[in-house]
Amino acid sequence: MAALSTIAVMILILFQILKEGLPVLNLHFFLDSPKEMGREGGIFSTIIGTAALTLVAIIFGAPLGVGTAIFLREYTRESKISHMIRFGTDCLAGVPSIIFGLFGFVFFVIRLNMGWSILSGGLTLAAMILPTVISTAEESIRAIPPSLREVSYSLGGTRWQTVTRVVLPSALPGIFTGILLSVGRSIGETAAIILTAGSSLVMPTSLFSPIRTMSVHFYILAREGISMKMAYGTGAALILLVLMINIMAQWLINRYIRHRT
Amino acid sequence: MAQGNKIVIRDFSFYYNSFQALMTINLDIQPRQIFTVFGPARSGKTTLLKSLNRLTDLIFGTSHTGTIFLDGMDIYDPKVDVTQLRRRIGMVFDLPTPLPMSIYDNIAYGPKLGGTNRKNRLNETVEKALRSAVLWEEVKDRLHTSALRLSGGQQQRLCIARVLALEPEVLLLDEPCSGLDPISTTSIEETLIQLKKEYTIILVPHNIQQASRVADRAGFFLNGELVEEGSAYQIFTKPREKQTEDYVTGRFG
Repeated sequence: MAALSTIAVMILILFQILKEGLPVLNLHFFLDSPKEMGREGGIFSTIIGTAALTLVAIIFGAPLGVGTAIFLREYTRESKISHMIRFGTDCLAGVPSIIFGLFGFVFFVIRLNMGWSILSGGLTLAAMILPTVISTAEESIRAIPPSLREVSYSLGGTRWQTVTRVVLPSALPGIFTGILLSVGRSIGETAAIILTAGSSLVMPTSLFSPIRTMSVHFYILAREGISMKMAYGTGAALILLVLMINIMAQWLINRYIRHRT
Repeated sequence: MAQGNKIVIRDFSFYYNSFQALMTINLDIQPRQIFTVFGPARSGKTTLLKSLNRLTDLIFGTSHTGTIFLDGMDIYDPKVDVTQLRRRIGMVFDLPTPLPMSIYDNIAYGPKLGGTNRKNRLNETVEKALRSAVLWEEVKDRLHTSALRLSGGQQQRLCIARVLALEPEVLLLDEPCSGLDPISTTSIEETLIQLKKEYTIILVPHNIQQASRVADRAGFFLNGELVEEGSAYQIFTKPREKQTEDYVTGRFG
């Protein structure tokens, strides 16, 4: 029953947005820049904004998160330090996104004088996705049988060699899934992004350009009553994008697993 | 210290936190022989094996007293390079543990860690190791398929080959046949008898029958103590100690 209603709600939401949004979608919608605040034209600059912001978030967040997970699982025993790090990430996971936005605004935008920019927004998002990346990476590293590590050590492997040649390759699908979840969260975020990356519709030219992401665009179009039609179009594009990323990731993971076994 | 002993264990005790797993073990092991370490479960056999290549270092909260010499070198000396030590003392575990990669990469794993990267050299090493472990004929046409697709017996011989690829001096085998059928067991025992011409082998046998089939010398362990040690023939036919006799004749265990 519960499962059925979950699916029903999901289908209802998808149906509603796709019904209103799909008719708006065409090549021009994707490839033209917005005109008149988004009332006319397309959403090209917001697609670029979304991609740039997510990329920056992953570039900073993923290595840091995976590194932390490796440190926690392979380089320390349960200790005061590991408890402190875990407590920290748990706290981070529970912080509402607007607080991250506020932090990003005060710290990156003003204090470090980065302004409303891709970099400020990306770094804020990186901090936001850190707990997800860490916990999924830790989980998939934990799932690797200790016997494999023992084998690597018994063959004269150092800790680093064991981590890079045995642990990480086996944990990769799980780590990848975690990063993907984070991509989903980055794409869907609005409040924190308005505070740190702005909501400019102008095409970005550098890491320090302000941008508007698709979610923010959707929010502003609907909130300010600019154009519900364009808002639904953006929503439908967003859903298709997330769907595409998920399918691609599934495909990659399957291919990777088949290749290894 | 007697001349010619490959491994000399002196007053060696081992602790997991406060639990003492090995009680002041003294044991000499000669080269080019199969020494079997046998006894009931939890008698310290695996601990002894893992102490010999210091895999016990990986377990938190362990400590030891006494020491172990390999060719006269104290393996617990702080100056000892543990990765080098583990290359000299290879280990095969009780369950087959192929790494999730191809057959070839499994065998080449150890040599590559040591910095051997030349293709020809690796190819030779892999073939030689697989031949020594009597696996070459079965896998030579599918070296680059996953090792996980091999049968249990093949996987265990792969693990032996993987260790041999490092050209170690000592082989530690911890119940290498425990998961295997009689036919695979026979082929592994034949492999071991071939191997002892070049290697010092310490084997925790699957059962007494296996010990009596392959062993040159044997040591009986009970609750962390070495009860009795001697030639396999003497231990299995005329044990000096009552406990050994009871175990060998199947009165307990």
